[in-house]
Amino acid sequence: MANQKIMLGNEAIARGAWEAGVKVSSAYPGTPSTEISENVVKYDEIYAEWSPNEKVAMEVAIGASMAGVRSLVSMKHVGVNVASDPLYTVSYIGVNGGLVMIAADDPGLYSSQNEQDSRAVARAAKVPVIEPSDSNEAKEFVKFAYDLSERYDTPVMVRTTTRLAHSQGLVNLCDRSEIADKPYEKNIRKNVMMPGMAKARHLHVEDREIRMADDAETFPINRVEMNDTKIGVITSGIPYQYVKEVLPNASVLKLGLVNPLPKKMIKDFAAKVEKLYIVEELDPIIEEQVKAMGIACTGKEIFTVQGEYSANMLRKAILGIDLGLEAAAQVPNRPPILCPGCPHRSTFYVLKKLGLHAAGDIGCYTLGAVAPLGVVDTTVCMGSSISTLHGMEKAKGSDYVKNWVAVIGDSTFMHTGVNSLMNMVYNQATGTVLILDNSTTGMTGHQDHAGTGKTLKGDIVNAIDVVKLCQAIGVPNVQVVNTFDVPALEKAIKEETAKSELSVIVVKAPCALLNKKKVTVQYVSNPDKCKKCGMCMKPGCPAITKNADGTVSINDTMCNGCSLCAQLCKFGAIEKVEV
Amino acid sequence: METKNIMIVGVGGQGTLLTSRILGGITRAAGYDVKLSEVHGMAQRGGSVVTFVRYGEKVFEPIVEEGQADVLIAFERLEALRYAHFMKKDGVIIVNDQRIDPMPVVIGDAEYPEGILENLSKKYKVLKIDALSEARKLGNTKAFNTIVLGLAAKHMDFSKEDWLNVIENTVPPKTVELNKQAFLVGYNM
Repeated sequence: MANQKIMLGNEAIARGAWEAGVKVSSAYPGTPSTEISENVVKYDEIYAEWSPNEKVAMEVAIGASMAGVRSLVSMKHVGVNVASDPLYTVSYIGVNGGLVMIAADDPGLYSSQNEQDSRAVARAAKVPVIEPSDSNEAKEFVKFAYDLSERYDTPVMVRTTTRLAHSQGLVNLCDRSEIADKPYEKNIRKNVMMPGMAKARHLHVEDREIRMADDAETFPINRVEMNDTKIGVITSGIPYQYVKEVLPNASVLKLGLVNPLPKKMIKDFAAKVEKLYIVEELDPIIEEQVKAMGIACTGKEIFTVQGEYSANMLRKAILGIDLGLEAAAQVPNRPPILCPGCPHRSTFYVLKKLGLHAAGDIGCYTLGAVAPLGVVDTTVCMGSSISTLHGMEKAKGSDYVKNWVAVIGDSTFMHTGVNSLMNMVYNQATGTVLILDNSTTGMTGHQDHAGTGKTLKGDIVNAIDVVKLCQAIGVPNVQVVNTFDVPALEKAIKEETAKSELSVIVVKAPCALLNKKKVTVQYVSNPDKCKKCGMCMKPGCPAITKNADGTVSINDTMCNGCSLCAQLCKFGAIEKVEV
Repeated sequence: METKNIMIVGVGGQGTLLTSRILGGITRAAGYDVKLSEVHGMAQRGGSVVTFVRYGEKVFEPIVEEGQADVLIAFERLEALRYAHFMKKDGVIIVNDQRIDPMPVVIGDAEYPEGILENLSKKYKVLKIDALSEARKLGNTKAFNTIVLGLAAKHMDFSKEDWLNVIENTVPPKTVELNKQAFLVGYNM
């Protein structure tokens, strides 16, 4: 027990990497993967960094592997798309030091723009996929992934989901294995992927898949729990836990390696049970392969491809039990909102006042799409605000986008926004881009990036100056405005959108959650001066509530003195107080 | 022992994660298997958040499902109502008697329900506490959630000393005394 600790799935993954002797770790933050790097960084033996995006992070890990050390790269599922270019080709190259990528899927869309299944990407890239079911397995399977990576000369994907990444469970701690660096040997047939070499490496990939599928029959991470044979279930990952809750007496084939599949093991298991179910969240990746083997089984006919599973869901679907559950009360929703004092609220208030549309991006400011702000019209993926605005202009002309802006956060701008801005310069766009610079990667919980002047390891470095960067690539108009100076912000946006030239406005104020110091200034409403006009309510600050008599109250546990409401009150009824 | 199911619900930013960490620590100190499940990311920005804690001899799934909760700790009234159907018939709901309007209410699209606690009390054992006022007396409103936890602790099978030990080992060092005091305010209620 002394060597046991309660760990978040992501913390256990970091521990597994450390125990496996990893020396380099790279990532871009993304829910539900962020805490992996935040825990990796605690180990002095591992160099860990935030890279500007997942493609770069993947290439950093590939370089470290080529140089001969074990490396880790972590990302959320949509980050896998960004990293897929190097992923598909490093599958051919293979590894020198072991290379493991963590792909964190988000069934149920707790904090994502889609619900894709990363196992499908791994299958297409012909990369093995390992899927743990709890924190301890997460740690152990990461270690196994490094062995597999080096034994089969392949990058390995460890696929997690939000429920695994953000659940805590007991982990048995082990020591770190000190893995000697592999010697680097120049080998262009393996490491330079041009057609002639890649053709030969493709043979290696196909051969590897077959060998690994054969060997997977005896991998310890694939396990049969033989029990009553009336019901058999093939499952993996978190759904295994729901199966064990609902069917404690059923036989279970628990797959730790979900690509490639151990076909003989599956056939033997299927032959022993009367009724076979495949229980997997999201897409029928295992199921379709089992069916292609000619094995009768039930899966997505009765289970959904959307959202998370649960034990109650399986009770209904497999056992046909009417649980007689009480219905949920009909209550108002509580969607996520911009925090009190959030600088984005000020920006969106001004955009709304000016009647502008915003091409949006990925970050807290995506919340500008919903009431009461309702300014953001589009959101696709990281960096897309700038390029979609550009596409609109090319479709409808320069005048059309005078009614639009792109809004993008500072971290997202560094991620891929800068490429899109280069395209605007190159292809003579005239739109206006607002870089909402809150000095952090906000939504994922405040990670540094190239523009903040601090690394993941805490080193103070030169911050990339966004203004100079925009000027250097040739943006003709670049302004900086304090987000909470409402008149100045309004003036700047009016000016720049009116121009028939490309403009960037860096709208600057730190994230309200960054300042951990005690709040020293707050605002209170003076009911004697309040004219009940409702202006202060317009930006939708959660600290302000309307009283029964039409006046307002400002919650002193929430207000952090941003001043937006006071600036909007024409009657001076919102007064500053020192606290 | 049958697995015990505890839920902590509230509004993102209210500190449900610290409370769940203390709960994880106490169940571990007692030698149980334990799993916790949390919400990170966007929902933490003022959204409805829920944390599950399960402990017993052997715990499989990390979530508490409808009809299974033994204890529901709610940091806000509306959130208590939202998750009440997760309760077992004989479960107990501990509610911080605070109202935080969700955005649909703020902008007038929905009404904040009246009489939440009275209605819940008809079906469940409900204990309410004005933890914010109590925390103000301690000089720090942020301590309110540990006060609520103190009240909930009386409905779990761990000793006061164990709770205080775990709090000491879990919360940031500077806030140990405050959190201990806060816990006792709830515990002695």
